[in-house]
Amino acid sequence: MSDENIRIVPDATCTFCGCVCDDMVLTVDVQQHKITKSQNACVLGKAWFKEHGIEDRPFALIGGREATTEEGIEEAAQILARARFPIIYGLSDTTCEAQRVAVAIADMIGGNIDTTTSVCHGPTGIAFQGLGESTATLGEIKNRADLIIFWGGNPAEAHPRLFARYAVTPKGMYIPNGRKDRTIVLVDVRRTASTPVADIFLQVKPRSDFEVLWALRALVKGHKVDPSIEQRTGIALAVLEDLVARMKSCRFGAFLFGMGLTMNRGRHFNAGALLALATDLNEFTHFVAAPVRGHGNVTGADNVVSWQTGYPFGVNFSRGFPRFGPGEFTTVDVLARGDADAAMIIASDPASNFPQPAIDHLKRIPVITLDPKTSVTSQLARVAFTTATYGINVAGTAYRMDNVPITLRPAFASPYPSDEQILRGIRDRVRVLLGGNRMPVDTSAAAAAL
Amino acid sequence: MAAMLRIVNGRVYDPANGMDGVVRDVCVEDGRIVADVPPEARKIDAGGMVVMPGGVDIHCHIAGSKVNLARKLQPEDHRRDPHLRTRFTRSGTGGTVPSTFATGYRYAALGYTAAMEAAVTPLGARHTLEELQDTPVIDKGFFILVGNNVLLYRLLQEGRHEEFRHTLAWWLSATKSYAPKLVNPGSDELWKGGRNANITRLDEKIGPFDLTPRKVISAFIGAANDLGLPHPVHIHCNNLGHTGNYETTLETMRIAEGRRAHITHIQFHSYGSVAGKSGDNPTSKAREIAEFVNTHPNISADVGAVMFGRSTSMTADAPLAYMLRRFGGGKWVNADTEHESGCGILPFTYQDHIYTNALQWAIGLELFLLSEDPWRMVFSTDHPNGGSFMSYPKLIRLLMDREFRKEEMAKVNQAALENSGLRDCQGREYSLYEIAIITRAGPARLLGLTSKGHLGVGADADITIYEENADKELMFSTPRYVLKDGELIIEDHEFRADHEGRVLHVAPDYDPAIEQVIQPFFEAFYTIQFANYPVDASYLHHHQVIPTTAQMAATGSPAGS
Repeated sequence: MSDENIRIVPDATCTFCGCVCDDMVLTVDVQQHKITKSQNACVLGKAWFKEHGIEDRPFALIGGREATTEEGIEEAAQILARARFPIIYGLSDTTCEAQRVAVAIADMIGGNIDTTTSVCHGPTGIAFQGLGESTATLGEIKNRADLIIFWGGNPAEAHPRLFARYAVTPKGMYIPNGRKDRTIVLVDVRRTASTPVADIFLQVKPRSDFEVLWALRALVKGHKVDPSIEQRTGIALAVLEDLVARMKSCRFGAFLFGMGLTMNRGRHFNAGALLALATDLNEFTHFVAAPVRGHGNVTGADNVVSWQTGYPFGVNFSRGFPRFGPGEFTTVDVLARGDADAAMIIASDPASNFPQPAIDHLKRIPVITLDPKTSVTSQLARVAFTTATYGINVAGTAYRMDNVPITLRPAFASPYPSDEQILRGIRDRVRVLLGGNRMPVDTSAAAAAL
Repeated sequence: MAAMLRIVNGRVYDPANGMDGVVRDVCVEDGRIVADVPPEARKIDAGGMVVMPGGVDIHCHIAGSKVNLARKLQPEDHRRDPHLRTRFTRSGTGGTVPSTFATGYRYAALGYTAAMEAAVTPLGARHTLEELQDTPVIDKGFFILVGNNVLLYRLLQEGRHEEFRHTLAWWLSATKSYAPKLVNPGSDELWKGGRNANITRLDEKIGPFDLTPRKVISAFIGAANDLGLPHPVHIHCNNLGHTGNYETTLETMRIAEGRRAHITHIQFHSYGSVAGKSGDNPTSKAREIAEFVNTHPNISADVGAVMFGRSTSMTADAPLAYMLRRFGGGKWVNADTEHESGCGILPFTYQDHIYTNALQWAIGLELFLLSEDPWRMVFSTDHPNGGSFMSYPKLIRLLMDREFRKEEMAKVNQAALENSGLRDCQGREYSLYEIAIITRAGPARLLGLTSKGHLGVGADADITIYEENADKELMFSTPRYVLKDGELIIEDHEFRADHEGRVLHVAPDYDPAIEQVIQPFFEAFYTIQFANYPVDASYLHHHQVIPTTAQMAATGSPAGS
């Protein structure tokens, strides 16, 4: 079929999950604004490409009334310029280019910037700050890892191509036979769709990951572990000893861990115990660990917020400089306490998954949303922008879960503006309204004037 | 467009043009130095002040994947050093690894207008360019890590030297980088694939490759020279930090055999040993190293001085960082990049009472004081490895002020001083002219930046004006004026304007057919599509291509555009 209406986009990138696979071959029906075929995509990727056509929606809604993007920008800028404790949240499903402008706005208005990391692998970020980590790009794991241990995650359903493209079956430079050259271990509290991939499955009792990890650390360091560990964790000492022997004797070992560790009892202690175990193992062989990250560009959000502020998430600018405060400046907490008096939510839907007290407060304050789709949050927003979808309509950069940046190749144009365009408009208008960056109130000068 | 400007009454230090404190006007128009401007042009009275070209940092770590990991790693370091926003400049955080905005503003506030990020994985080039765009005021570029590159190794071991050269040129072009960088060549394969081993000898076989560090180093020196790159290959030698490593350093410099090569942070590579015992405390071999550099005009070096206090070790030399971890035992990062590099990061504090730290400090000073050609032994602390760039003014004072140096020497571990030659170099004090060479004119010349590091007609109007002060640390800490591209960024010590600097990069020519050699390797072993690997122009924004010698000859233009 040599239809001019059909366009093929090779080497396109799927931004659904943190795998950020960049080998898509997309078939685009240009007139229909639809991707009709997405070769190489997994089941999640196929749905992502299929469901992001162009819907006939207003460019913006202000208080439920249809408005232009420009009117929306004016209203949003007024809200942010007026607010005393504005918060900006989301960012994991947009480009780094948009993320950079979002942090710039937070800096300019003296607001709060936070990303979905704070409800995802935030504890891993905190563990990293305390310990560091030994890590690697996915290509090193593909080419070298002969022992891979998945912990607290279900990649088969959440990151379907992780196994085939990076970590289990692919042949690599020093893994010539692919799957046969690897030992795969899976640790989880239940059997999942991922379990069959494993050579060894360790079913730990719920809420005992930390104890298992700490027992492994002890064994690695040559300490004795009491056999009662089995009653506590569900894993027999002999099984742990076998695993330790495998970990010490492999040539290149890798942990890939999920939110089963970070959003569980122990949180950053769990992530920290795993990172520490990987570090300890480097006394014996080469060992790395990496969190399996969720949304397409959440890793980009971590990177952007870090390079602009020094901290990865939960950052507040109200004193004229960045302050880091997990538990204090993380969005769930800011909202649940009722601190924020305006919120801009970018490419995220907190009203659908935050704790009720946080959602209740979102309903009390003016909210601005940027989203290609209607969401629970956009429905309670004062200003709701319709945006183009990153990676499908919008070019830019997304970071894979292993911090590798990838340039997006949009498949077809959208009539709607990108997050970046809207954010730039808001930033420029707020700058005019505030006469430049907002300066924090100088209390000493105010006191002297009294 | 930046206005016209005439700087009058200042003492001008412009070594590239032989100006040694001459009182003369410096005129600026459209971002460049010009011979004259009309009388109505704004005048800056620099009476009692020193006028120099903007500082050029030849080697620092300020942007990219490893820098951002180091940033994320140290909230405690940021917390005590906030960088406040102003009406028109961004806020940030400082410490040894500042946020990007703080990095740009703080360099500018020291009178620096250009800096080179010295170690970027090619796969991380995009990330680096994004950060550099968020690094204001200064011009910047970066070196790519190629000294452990698996594809380049494969070509080399098969003797395919021409394809090796084309592939290197492709890599420099594809990443929009400035120069090739070698780090502990040969070590990655042993580190990643050999249970965290390291390579120790130049003639040792590199893991599975039919190669040695010697062969690798020689091939890169040759290829970089053949390509006519503005800066030669930038070498972090093997055995960094190890007692007795000076012999490796001398041998590495000999490999050049008259060809251009730059040895970086050479202080870390100038250690001897007591009576040939490698396990013992190191001694200084600064004299041997300085003598070799002095007598070999093809070799250049930056010192990589150590300054006491907090630092962050961040290096593509993963085995080194792992070794250092044993001394601190605190946080540690290892980060492997497929087929391209290793990386190690850890916070580190240099303490004046510790023998090794004091010796390192002394060796850095010795190298400066023994150098006979300031154009080829230039200024660096390998920021933030030897110390933050914020310590540059203090290092300048140590070089310029013998009495101050004596006071500082009295505070450090005396056994270390005994094993250094620092006391024997006490006669020398650097002049302002020499400081202008090692911090500006020299680095610019070594980088092949013909429009930087001097104030001749046609040069970039990147100018720093310092108030003269007997306390050189104070003088160099707070320039009165800083101009970038002719725009007054700092006036009366305060920021007056924001500015976006340029990315400086090379684009050497290569045979496009080389992609047929590169692509199959990508398809077999990389996890990113070949077509998605090269960095496109959307990441460049303001930029300038610095031509190779061949490109310069073809266009007749020395500065590029």
